[in-house]
Amino acid sequence: MPALPTDVSDEEFKEWVKEKWGYKKLPMAGSTPPGSSKFFKTGDWAAQRPKLIIENCISCLKCYFFCPDNAIKMVVGIDGKHHPEFDYFYCKGCGVCANECPGRKGDTAIVMEDL
Amino acid sequence: MVKIAVTGDDAVAQAAKAVNPDVVAAYPITPQTIIVERFADFVADGEVDTEFVTVESEHSAMSACVGASSAGARVFTSSASAGIMLMYEIVFIAASSRTPIVMAIANRAISGPINIHGEETDQMLFRDSGWISLFAEDNQEAHDHTILAFKIGEHPDVLLPVAVGLDGFILSHAIEGIEPVSRQEALDFLGGERVAKLKLDTTKPLSIGLLHLPDYYMEARAQVRDAQERSRKVILEVFSEWEKRFGRKYNPVESYMMEDAEYAFLTMGSSAGNARTAIDELRTKGEKVGLIKIRVYRPFFGEHVVNLCKNLKGLITIERSHSFGGPGGILSQDIKSALYGTGVSPLMAEYTIGLGGRDTLIRDYHIMYNRAKEAFNTGKNLPIYWWGLRE
Repeated sequence: MPALPTDVSDEEFKEWVKEKWGYKKLPMAGSTPPGSSKFFKTGDWAAQRPKLIIENCISCLKCYFFCPDNAIKMVVGIDGKHHPEFDYFYCKGCGVCANECPGRKGDTAIVMEDL
Repeated sequence: MVKIAVTGDDAVAQAAKAVNPDVVAAYPITPQTIIVERFADFVADGEVDTEFVTVESEHSAMSACVGASSAGARVFTSSASAGIMLMYEIVFIAASSRTPIVMAIANRAISGPINIHGEETDQMLFRDSGWISLFAEDNQEAHDHTILAFKIGEHPDVLLPVAVGLDGFILSHAIEGIEPVSRQEALDFLGGERVAKLKLDTTKPLSIGLLHLPDYYMEARAQVRDAQERSRKVILEVFSEWEKRFGRKYNPVESYMMEDAEYAFLTMGSSAGNARTAIDELRTKGEKVGLIKIRVYRPFFGEHVVNLCKNLKGLITIERSHSFGGPGGILSQDIKSALYGTGVSPLMAEYTIGLGGRDTLIRDYHIMYNRAKEAFNTGKNLPIYWWGLRE
């Protein structure tokens, strides 16, 4: 009989996702431990990924607010201002950030690159 | 033993009262209404401790049942025909969420045209859902099956919902004497309160029934498949324990007068009662005829049917359901599949009877038998035939 999801540690769960466990090992009823989605690498769904052109970034935070996956963090750069950092573990490459980016004087700060 | 005179619906309600489930969420629909009405009386009169959830539809009823059962409760509900059609989505989710809900079904024809009378197609249709499916011949069986269903479904090797069918009006509204099981007897049999291993618990949080994309869906379904397979052994054990405690012997596939039978009726539900009487009458005329009755429809005990068919010249399937455009009736397809490749292949005559509650009398069984035997004697099968249909 499959184990209960509550018996599975975070470390084991990372293996579960990576190894794609079979039905004899998986807990029953499609059950998982709480907060399990944070271990799923949705980044490998992406066909493109965003890239920052830092000199065009005006620190407006638009990309940060629009990102549907919370995959953007604002970090302080060498210029002392906040700029986006992309978390490619979760970024699905939707391109919303690049689309919303106003850039500096019309020159965009985020471009989408093919993977 | 004290007997009480009750309708089939009342017999089911009395069984649910004996079990005293934690939660009942149900919506009334003819011919199941009496079950819900009677049970609501028990709740109002304080005869049960059940939380009775009055929902606005069957979809909500089954949803509430899945939620309650996932929280570890012992859950009962009841429906029929269009009600089951409305709860269909959640019927399948109940099986894959491994919630051992017990649902009594007063089997009724499906619209359209709209009809409220007896027919088993409503319960046959979710044969592929993962539910365990039982059919009762009389009110005592409907009563007993309701209690047995909790024991089978809640077994840790099974954890599947169980449907308990009783023919609409023919059983649901007909009064018969039954030996009721008491609260104490039912709880002793079930081993006390339900103990759920997998359950929603705020102190040990988990998620149940998550999105399964192509990389995990087949694995989740395979677990339901294996639970159905494991339930075969559990059903046999539970039936055997029932016999020890209450003296009523049940088998997944029942037989009557089969020892020397050359021909047999094969049927389910209340039709088996008429078949028995017809067999008694035919036996007085020297006909070697017996009865095979399917009590447990899912999982299907095909090898039990094959064993009973070994010495038969001809098998007459009689079912209160039909599959349009199918290779025979719904039940007779299963029978043919079970026989294939076993070397046991009696000639077959297939009948669909009583759709929408049309009466099929004992004399009809005589005529169906004679018509089938005539064909068998010339080495012919009889394809599916709607008995009593006007042309």
